[in-house]
Amino acid sequence: MAGMAQRITTADVAHVARLARLAVTDEELERFTGQLAAVLDHAADIEALDLGGVPPTAHPLPLANVLREDVARPGLPREEALAAAPAVEDDRFRVPRILGEAP
Amino acid sequence: MSGWETVIGLEVHTELRTETKLFCSCANRFGDEPNTNVCPVCLGLPGSLPVLNARAVDYAVRIGVALHCQVQPSIFHRKNYFYPDMPKDYQISQYDLPIDTDGWLELPGGKRVGIERAHLEEDTGKTTHVGGGGRIHDADHSLVDYNRAGVPLVEIVSRPDLRSADEARAYVDELRAILVATGASDGKMEEGSLRVDANVSVRPVGSTAFGTRCEVKNMNSLRSLGRAIDYEVARQVRLVEGGGEVVQETRHWNEAEGHTSSMRSKEEAFDYRYFPEPDLVPVVPDPAWVDGIRAALPAMPAELRRGVAHAAGMAPESDAVVTVVRLGLEPFVTATVAAGADAGLAVRRLANEVASEIGSLANLGPEQFVTLLRMESAGDLTTAQARTVLKDMLTGGGDPAGIAAAHGFEALGGDALEAALDEVVADNADAWARYVAGEDKLQGLFIGRLRGATAGKADLAAAAAILRARRAAGC
Ligand SMILES: [Zn+2]
Repeated sequence: MAGMAQRITTADVAHVARLARLAVTDEELERFTGQLAAVLDHAADIEALDLGGVPPTAHPLPLANVLREDVARPGLPREEALAAAPAVEDDRFRVPRILGEAP
Repeated sequence: MSGWETVIGLEVHTELRTETKLFCSCANRFGDEPNTNVCPVCLGLPGSLPVLNARAVDYAVRIGVALHCQVQPSIFHRKNYFYPDMPKDYQISQYDLPIDTDGWLELPGGKRVGIERAHLEEDTGKTTHVGGGGRIHDADHSLVDYNRAGVPLVEIVSRPDLRSADEARAYVDELRAILVATGASDGKMEEGSLRVDANVSVRPVGSTAFGTRCEVKNMNSLRSLGRAIDYEVARQVRLVEGGGEVVQETRHWNEAEGHTSSMRSKEEAFDYRYFPEPDLVPVVPDPAWVDGIRAALPAMPAELRRGVAHAAGMAPESDAVVTVVRLGLEPFVTATVAAGADAGLAVRRLANEVASEIGSLANLGPEQFVTLLRMESAGDLTTAQARTVLKDMLTGGGDPAGIAAAHGFEALGGDALEAALDEVVADNADAWARYVAGEDKLQGLFIGRLRGATAGKADLAAAAAILRARRAAGC
C-alpha cells in the first residue's frame, strides 16, 4: 500500500469529493483512497510501455464526425419538462438561493 | 497612468445563428416562452445522448478560416461545475484540442492581433433571482429557463496583444463585423448574442513580463467595455503604486456605478475537472471541405475597406471608409464605380448623410444614388442642395431630379446662386483676396468657374452683380 499511497493521498480524495459535492466519512476516505490507488496502479502498468510514437486516443470508437442536420424538432411539452422538477414557479424551474455568481 | 503599459486579452463568446441547439434538435430561438425549447438532452435527463449539430461545426470552421486560424481535429470535454444554469452539472466545451487555433485579426489601422484559439461550446440557461431586489446574494430563490441551455457558442480568445481600451473596442468592432460577414452570428452585443470578457493587467513601460491579470466580466456594450478597462487599469496602477499587489481574480463590472468588484468573497480556485466527453466522437474536418468553406466565404471587412479605399482614393483606415464598410454600404460604391461616377464623392455622402439616416436605407436605390452624385458632380446641384436632396431620398424615397425640382433647386438664382458663389469663392480664396484688393479682371474667372460649377444654369448677370456688391462690402 505504501507505493500506492504516493499515487493518491486522502487529501486528494477529500478534495475531489468536495468538488463533486460528496460527503464522505473519514472511514470512507481511507477506503476510497485505497481503492482509487489500486485503480491508478492498474493504469500505471501502461507506463512500462514505450508509447513515444503513439498518438493519444481521443475516443475508443474508431469514429469521427458523427453529425446531425440542423433541423428543429419538437422537444418536451413544457408541462412534461417541468413535471419532474421539485418546485416550479412562473413556468420555470425553482431552485434554492444560489451562493455565488456563475463561473 | 504615465510609466505604465496596459495589456489586454479578450474572450468573446458569440451565439451561432443555427436553427437548433448544439447537441439536440430543440429550436435555438431568443424570446420564446420559458422552457418551451427543451428536451431530455438539454435538460440533462438520464439516458439522453448528445449529437453534434453539423451547421454549428460549419460556422466554427468559417470563423476559424476568417480569422486565419489552423482548423484542426478537435474533441469535446466536460467542464464540471455546480450551478443550476446547467442541468447536467457540466458544460460540454472544447479544452486542449479546440477546432480553431493560432490565427490573427487585422485592425483597420493595420495592427494584427493574435487569435490564440476559437472553440465550440454550449450556452447555459437563464436564471432570474427572486427577492432581495433581484441581486443574487440577497435573493430568496431563483428561477431557471433552459431555452438557452445548449445553444451553440463559439468562444474566441485573443492573445494579450491589445494595449488600450480604444484598441479593445476596435478589436471587438472588427471581430463583430467578421462574425456577421461569415453568417455565423448576428453580432448583437446589447442582446447578449455577443459577450466580451477582458483580461486586464498593467506593467511598467519597457517591461516584457506580464503583470498579474484580472478577468473583467459583464460588459454589455462597446462603451461599457471601454469604461470597464479604463477603470480596471486605473485601479491596478493605483494598487501597485501604493505598494500593493494585484490579486488574480474575476471582477464584475457594474455599469450603473462605474466600477469593478471582486466576484467571489471566499478564495476558491476553480477546478473544473475537465475530462473527455465520452458521448461524443472527435470532429476531424476534411481539408477539402475546409478549402471549400474558405473559397465560399464572402469578402471580409479588411478586404472591403481596401477595395473602397482604392476606388475613392482614400486610406483604408480613414473614418469615412471604415464607416462605409461597417454599415455595409460598399455596394453603393461598387455601383458608383461601375457607372463611372465619382467614388470619392460617393464615400463622403455615404459616410455622412446616408450613415446618419441608416435606418431608412431601404428607400435608397444604388441607381438613384449614382444619379444624385452625377447631378452634384455636373453642378446641377450645389453640395448643400445635394445633401438636402439625399436626405429627402432617404427619408421619403423618390428620384433625385423630382426632389430637386420640388425644392426649386434646378434654376440657380437667389439663395442657390449665393450658395454656388460661396463655393466658387471658397475654392479660389487667393483670387478672391486679389479681386477684393482691386484686380477687376478676376471677375471673369469667378463667373467662368460658376458657369462650370452650375452647368450653365446660374444667372450670370445676377452673379456679377452679387460679386460687385460683395467686393464693395469688402467680404
Ligand atoms: Zn434540447
